[in-house]
Amino acid sequence: MLQVEDIHTYYDESHALQGVSLEVRTGEVVCLLGRNGAGKSTTLKSIMGLTPPRRGRIRFDGEEIQGRPPHWIARRGIALVPEDRRIFAGLTVRENLEVAMPPRPVGERRWPIERIFDEYPMLAELRDQDGGTLSGGQQQVLAIARALATEPRLLLLDEPNEGLAPVIVQQIGALVDRLAETTTILFTDQSLSFALRHASRGYILQKGRVVYEGSTEIIRSDPGVQERFLSVA
Amino acid sequence: MNRNASAPSASVAAGAAARPSGWRLAVPLSLVLLLAVLAALPSFAPYFYIFVVTEILIMGLFAASFNLIFGYTGMLSFGHAAFFGMGAYTTAMLLLHVELPLVWALLASMATAALLALVIGFLSVRLSEVYFAMLTLAFGMMVYAVAHQWRSLTNGSDGITGFLLRDFGLGLDLQLADPAVYYRVVLAVVAIAAAVLYLITRSSFGLMLRAISENPERVAFCGIDVRRHRLAAFVIAGLFAGLAGALFAPFNRVASPDMLHWSQSAEPVLMTILGGAGYFLGPFFGAAMFVLLETWITSYTEHWMLFLGIALALLVMFFRRGVLGTLLDRMLRR
Repeated sequence: MLQVEDIHTYYDESHALQGVSLEVRTGEVVCLLGRNGAGKSTTLKSIMGLTPPRRGRIRFDGEEIQGRPPHWIARRGIALVPEDRRIFAGLTVRENLEVAMPPRPVGERRWPIERIFDEYPMLAELRDQDGGTLSGGQQQVLAIARALATEPRLLLLDEPNEGLAPVIVQQIGALVDRLAETTTILFTDQSLSFALRHASRGYILQKGRVVYEGSTEIIRSDPGVQERFLSVA
Repeated sequence: MNRNASAPSASVAAGAAARPSGWRLAVPLSLVLLLAVLAALPSFAPYFYIFVVTEILIMGLFAASFNLIFGYTGMLSFGHAAFFGMGAYTTAMLLLHVELPLVWALLASMATAALLALVIGFLSVRLSEVYFAMLTLAFGMMVYAVAHQWRSLTNGSDGITGFLLRDFGLGLDLQLADPAVYYRVVLAVVAIAAAVLYLITRSSFGLMLRAISENPERVAFCGIDVRRHRLAAFVIAGLFAGLAGALFAPFNRVASPDMLHWSQSAEPVLMTILGGAGYFLGPFFGAAMFVLLETWITSYTEHWMLFLGIALALLVMFFRRGVLGTLLDRMLRR
């Protein structure tokens, strides 16, 4: 579904991604691990077109998407839930979702607003409340729901657990498992435990390069890998 | 938080914004009342006040059109007078050379202003913040220079004068030369235009604009073309500014380069900030305060600019969200 081939992304002159390649196949849940600053977020942003790579190719369903604007890429079926969640604080929960809905007839939508409210009753209850008044966990659920509203086939989640209480991390995990039944997912994380529980395959990034790839089973059973490349958690 | 904490079930049932239910009726009722008073104004107020209120209505529409890109979309334009002036010149020239009924001149002015906004907007909306402001200012000055220099077309600094107000068109028998009649025409046109603008802000397009003003990047990865939405807002704002200008030229019996000057572009900015950009009626309220202050102070002193400046500075300092905005915020306890 998604092939990233040797992409190089720069922030001004700093060489953030130095030849990242990875693949996500339809139906998979893949995690992208690495320490702070390893290039995880930049990889997702490069796929989304927010920080276009200077070199390399990104293909989505066979079509080259690198260098395209973010809104174009979003319409192809990739949705990003950014690290800082980035909900619209001044819009209500319902408006946050409506903004993301593509202009197509309700009958042709996989995620009409009623289904989102059915799936996440908590959001239904908060629908008229301003996004800025939600708690961190509620905002994360809203951010994921908003990504679903764009009708993605591939969902990119950037550190979905950052700064959330363990109870809420569990809920987000359940949500990811449920989503995985219908949507392909690529997510990033700094800690292993969540990633190992919910992903089937993983890549480890270090200083803008892929240093390890394999099934999560192998990463789990190889403490050396964990020690070398990840913050122990 | 406080709005829904007490009654979560009510918020589920209600589709609209969760406000105390009394307010939902209070706003339309007071608007109807206000419109009724305004419509009846010529029957009891002297001409002087009719002129003042006519100007308030026109400038209010001008400021409200500006607020579509400022308050709703988050773009500060310093060249909005270009569209106001374009509308004024279009109407003045059509009335002078073609002797069209007013309604057709108004529609033509909206078209020319929108076209100008399409050109300027196409070149400007790709930039953001201060660069956008500077570019719109530069284009505004260019349009001013053209009106000022192209004497054979625009009559230079004298402007276009000597046109007659004949009929309104649409088979209505209106004596437009009568200030009371012209005032009522302005009231009706501005009310309709304001209603259309309001519906635009409440539409899904308006929702996109509000989201863009919060953060364009977030909107982009929701699959929305930010630049195209900005341009559309810019053109719609230009169109309504053109309508305001088109009403202003017959009111002043002249279309002059002053109406295109950058100081004219500053007026809707001041009015909007004065009234409050967060509420739809804020710019109208700000226009009323601005025009009334100006009228009142000029009746006392020649140095009205100084005192107007002091008054505006104080109001902006003590009413951060605009006068109407701050008052409504307090009443709704937001």
